[in-house]
Amino acid sequence: MNEPTVTLKVTRYRPERDSAPSAQAYTIPYRQDWVVLDALNYIKDMIDGTLTYRWSCRMGVCGSCGMMVNGVPKLTCAAFLRDYYPAEITVAPLANFPVVRDLVIDITDFMQKLRSVKPWIIRETEKPVSEGEYLQTPEELEAYKQFSMCINCMLCYAACPVYGLEPTFLGPAAVALGYRYNLDSRDQGREVRQPILASHEGIWECTFVSECTVVCPKDVDPAAAIQRTKVNTTLDWFKSVLLPWGAR
Amino acid sequence: MSTVTSDKSKLYYPKMPATWWLTRRAYFLFMLRELSSVFIAIFLVVFLIEIYQLSRGPAAYAAFVQRLASPGWIIFHVVALLFALYHSFTWFSLTSKVQVVRVGRRQVPPPLVTAANLAVWIVLSIVILLVFLFAQRPA
Repeated sequence: MNEPTVTLKVTRYRPERDSAPSAQAYTIPYRQDWVVLDALNYIKDMIDGTLTYRWSCRMGVCGSCGMMVNGVPKLTCAAFLRDYYPAEITVAPLANFPVVRDLVIDITDFMQKLRSVKPWIIRETEKPVSEGEYLQTPEELEAYKQFSMCINCMLCYAACPVYGLEPTFLGPAAVALGYRYNLDSRDQGREVRQPILASHEGIWECTFVSECTVVCPKDVDPAAAIQRTKVNTTLDWFKSVLLPWGAR
Repeated sequence: MSTVTSDKSKLYYPKMPATWWLTRRAYFLFMLRELSSVFIAIFLVVFLIEIYQLSRGPAAYAAFVQRLASPGWIIFHVVALLFALYHSFTWFSLTSKVQVVRVGRRQVPPPLVTAANLAVWIVLSIVILLVFLFAQRPA
């Protein structure tokens, strides 16, 4: 009996011998319960051990297996072969990033941008541990919870044409995480983040394409975070112009 | 946390093709939304000239309106109207992303915010249309 098969066209880039990436086709057994990452693992284990890609948790938590599947940014651990079968599936490295090798991208730029928004709780003065935790009500948690679900998978950067055209753009995830800490009732660091978030390379570079939100596997909605930061920043400006000194 | 830095000289930097906006439907619709502003801008310039002609007297205004009655200008205005409607619809569809409306402790569902915005837009448009139709009638 003939086993069903599926063909993956995988982007290869071997910097020691290639000047540009090219596609390599692999035909492998088709399993209904396999995801694209399973298929890549099969290729690496059984056909071609030189294929290089990132992955870790296999359950949509670590955010390291993001790739372009048929041109769309996806977590390959959550992209089922059955949703594409029997057609050929193309797998390429995440768009808009420099490629290190095969499906591995260079994430240095994103890591620097992520750090620049200071995505941690900033206090004007830290209270000693002996005084206990910073308490929070369920409503205060709810205010930022959605934006705290980001797993730094960078699918939003691969979907963002603005980031592709203007690599200086701070980008969706970094703004969403800065906004997340601004919304946190325990945080006092908005003024520290504002020069980065409200800069030209920050929120104002965004033209509201909204594809970041569409591809986000965690429903973070970075597009909303960016637009709301635009509104808050504009309100800041109006307050600074209209209100007397004391009320600012 | 440490970042592993790769050998930059061996990185491959992909370039976005000029046709990137044709690669996905969402990008194409976004570019249509951006393009709509060109038509709306031209319409507004024509509208300003129309007001200026009105200030020059009835004869100048009638001559200008006569020129606008040519097929080319009518086609332009139909296209501009379609773009204006598309731009407005996409604008109001996105409002729920920007506006967070709370009633008491609960957040109003985003689709409801969008629907309310669209409803207000449609009602106000009809009111303005009626005002113009009513105002045009001879007393």
